[in-house]
This record gives sequence, C-alpha cells and structure tokens, in this order.
Amino acid sequence: MPLPLPLPKPIREIGRKRINRAPSPLLAVAVPWLVVMAGSLSPMWPVIASAPILPPIGFLMLVAWEQLRPGILPVWAGLPLGLFDDLYSGQPLGSAILLWSIAVILLDFVETRFPWRGFALNWLFASAVIAAYLFLAQALAQPGGVGVPLAILPQLGISLLLYPLIARLVALFDRFRLMPVREA
Amino acid sequence: MAPTGSRRPGHSRRAQYGTFLNYSLAVAGAAAGGALLLVVASDATAFSGLRGAATDLAAPAGEVGAGARAESQGLLLTLGAYFTKGSRVAQLEREVAQARVRLVEAEALHEENRELRALLKLSQSDPKPIASARLIGSSASSTRRYATLGVGSLQGVAPGMPVVSPLGLVGRVLEVGRSSARVLLITDSQSIIPVRRASDGTVALAVGHPDGTVQLKLQSLGVNPLRAGDAFVTSGSGGLFRPGIPFAVVARPTRDGAIARPLSDPAATDFVIVEPQWDEAGLDSTLPAPAGGQ
Repeated sequence: MPLPLPLPKPIREIGRKRINRAPSPLLAVAVPWLVVMAGSLSPMWPVIASAPILPPIGFLMLVAWEQLRPGILPVWAGLPLGLFDDLYSGQPLGSAILLWSIAVILLDFVETRFPWRGFALNWLFASAVIAAYLFLAQALAQPGGVGVPLAILPQLGISLLLYPLIARLVALFDRFRLMPVREA
Repeated sequence: MAPTGSRRPGHSRRAQYGTFLNYSLAVAGAAAGGALLLVVASDATAFSGLRGAATDLAAPAGEVGAGARAESQGLLLTLGAYFTKGSRVAQLEREVAQARVRLVEAEALHEENRELRALLKLSQSDPKPIASARLIGSSASSTRRYATLGVGSLQGVAPGMPVVSPLGLVGRVLEVGRSSARVLLITDSQSIIPVRRASDGTVALAVGHPDGTVQLKLQSLGVNPLRAGDAFVTSGSGGLFRPGIPFAVVARPTRDGAIARPLSDPAATDFVIVEPQWDEAGLDSTLPAPAGGQ
C-alpha cells in the first residue's frame, strides 16, 4: 500500500475546476423563488404556537431578495409567491397575494427613488414594510376588524431583529446561486 | 454604472412593452388578491380543497419535525426538573395523597352515575375515537390559530370533529385533505365554545384570544361569580363537543367574565385524538330507531 494515501477525489478537485466555469442558469433563476417558498413553509416547522410569535419568514426573505438583488424577482412575483404562502400560512386566501404584490411594487419604487442605500437605511425601509405588512395581515385575518393589534407586538419585535440575519442568509444563498458549476 | 432612476429600458419598443406588461401584471396580481379576499370573506370554505391538497404535499416533512419537537420538549422539561427536584417531589407527594382520596370519591360517583344512567336508559359509552395523530404544524406567524393534523379523510376525519389531547380540548377539525386536516384551535378568535364551570355548572361561552388565552363570557348577567383557579369543562350544548371535556382554568376575572388559560397546550401535546361529533354519537346511541322507516 502506498503510504501517502491519496486524498479523496472531491478534495483533490477543490480549486482545480474554478477556471473556465460559469454559474448554472437554472440555479441562478430558481434559487430566489425556492428560498422564498421554503420560508413560506415555516408553518410546517416543529413549532406549535398558541400565539403569533414566529416571524413571517417567507415575507422577510422576499424583502431581503428585493433589497439584495433588485429585479431578480419580477415585479409580479407577489402573485405566485403570495398564493403559495396563503396555502400554508393560515391567513385567508388572497391576503398574501394582495400584500406581497403591493410590497414588491413598493420596494421597486424605493429602489428607483433611493438607489444608494446602506445597511441602516435598508433595515429602516424593511422595518417599515414589515411593520405595515404584519399590521395589515392581522387586520385582514380578523373578519369585521376586531383584531388585537397588541398581540402582534412580540412578533413585530422578533421580525425586525431577525431581518438582518435573514438578509445575511439570503446573501449566502445568492453566493450559492452564482456558484460556478457549469463549463463555460 | 449608476442607476438612472428611470424604468424606461431604452429605445427598444419590445423592451418597453415588456416592462409595461410586468407592472400591469403586478397591479393585476394585487387586484386578484383583493378579489380573492372578498370571495373568502363571503364563503369561508372556498378553496379549502386547494389548501388541503397543498397541506397533504407538505405533511410528510411536518411529521418528521413533529417527532423532533416532542423529543426536544421532553429533554428541556427533564433538564429543568433537575433544578427544582426536591421541593417538587414533596409537593407532588402531597398532591398524590390528596388525589388518591379524590380518585376513590370519583369512582363512587362514576358508579352512581352509571346506575342513574341505566335508570334513564341512556347509553354510557364515550364516543369511540376516529383517529389519533400528531399535530404537525401551526399558523405560528398569523394571528389566526390553526394547526395541521397528520390524518385526513382517508382515516375518516370530517369537518366539525372535536380534537382532544389527554389534557383537554385542543380544537375542532375545520378543513380536511386526504391525509392531513386543518384544526381550528380553541384560542382562535373565531372559535366559540359553550362551557360550564366544573364545580356548579355556571354556563359561559369561551372565545379565543390571539395571545393564547380564551375569554369566558357569562351567559347570565349579575355579580361575576368567577374566581381565579376555577376549572371549566365543555357543556355539550350546541352538539359539537361532548360534555365534560376539560377546557380551561380561570387566570383572572374581568367585569363580565374572565380570562382563562387553556388546559391543553398544543405545543406540549404529542398525540391528539379526533372524536366523532357529539350530536351524531348521541343520536346513534340514545334515541330509538325511527319506527316504520325503511
């Protein structure tokens, strides 16, 4: 047996196949949609809550994608993604379609009006959008508008604090999306 | 390149029309959402088939998570229990001694109850459970309180059936897919359940609160007789839930009722049981068959 054992093949390949590679067009297009849809599946996570505490992960991811890569999701993306979210979120069907569509149009407007934004400004805009979304969503969920706005305050706090983390996660997925895997 | 702030993509007519179409679709999407909301507001059961199919698809993933949830909760409870072991053991031993006495009393009452029912020719049997399953998900980010159940119409579950855990009432089945069902939890603001105080039968209606409590509204006006610690059970009127399912304990009385904490915490329950609707069960077993039918 040759003493210096050969390294496993995947390790030997590291760095060798970086040159002359391009991202896969399928990954580059599909990853943002899939990530937002995976966030929308959060009601299937092993959390059974007796109060609204979990942030709307799908919506946070949508906002993060819109801020990180404006235009990567078309401006009508709120319709299909909102429909998918409505199927699982427990909100009345149509609530996310309406609110997500408006949110994407609004974020698109912010992008054209204020193109130069730093982290703090991004967080500020995202906070305003998320707060408005949570408030309107709870108003739409309660027929007759007898909601208890105080009940969403813990959820709002968690969502706003979690947003930068979600944005970093989305940035990670963005790097994954553009990984050079295909021979150019 | 610095962004220009203009949405006009250039001189290409084709590109301009494409941009215009995108924005038209976006606004149309928002309008479609509003229209769907109106449809759902007039008919709450609309699109329940679509939701059922979607939940069926995602249910296997939920089942995996549900097992992990039960295990992790058990681990946390075990760790926490180490810190308060001594005092808790002493307290539990006192409670067990009291409970033994109560158990004997309850057995006597049970026997008496059986004899009285036999006199009235009422059937004694509790309804036979339809299915037992795990709660595999919940609408944790919405102000509506739904949970998803890992059984559906294939196992005989139908809308309206009560869902109970060993600790008490969890909710009732709202929509049914083939292998999953959506449960309206008792803490949802649309859930109204007739209950009575276990000690003397004071009747009240229990309406869910989005913050995980229920509000008890007394049926009769007058001085509020409720005290913190009063236990409530379902009263059986309305015909959905059988009488006597443990429900909630009063946390603090209010002017016209009380805020109560549900006895069954859906997060801590591992398996729940789906029972048949009470009125059907009652009709089948207590009333004689209609004469001269068939």
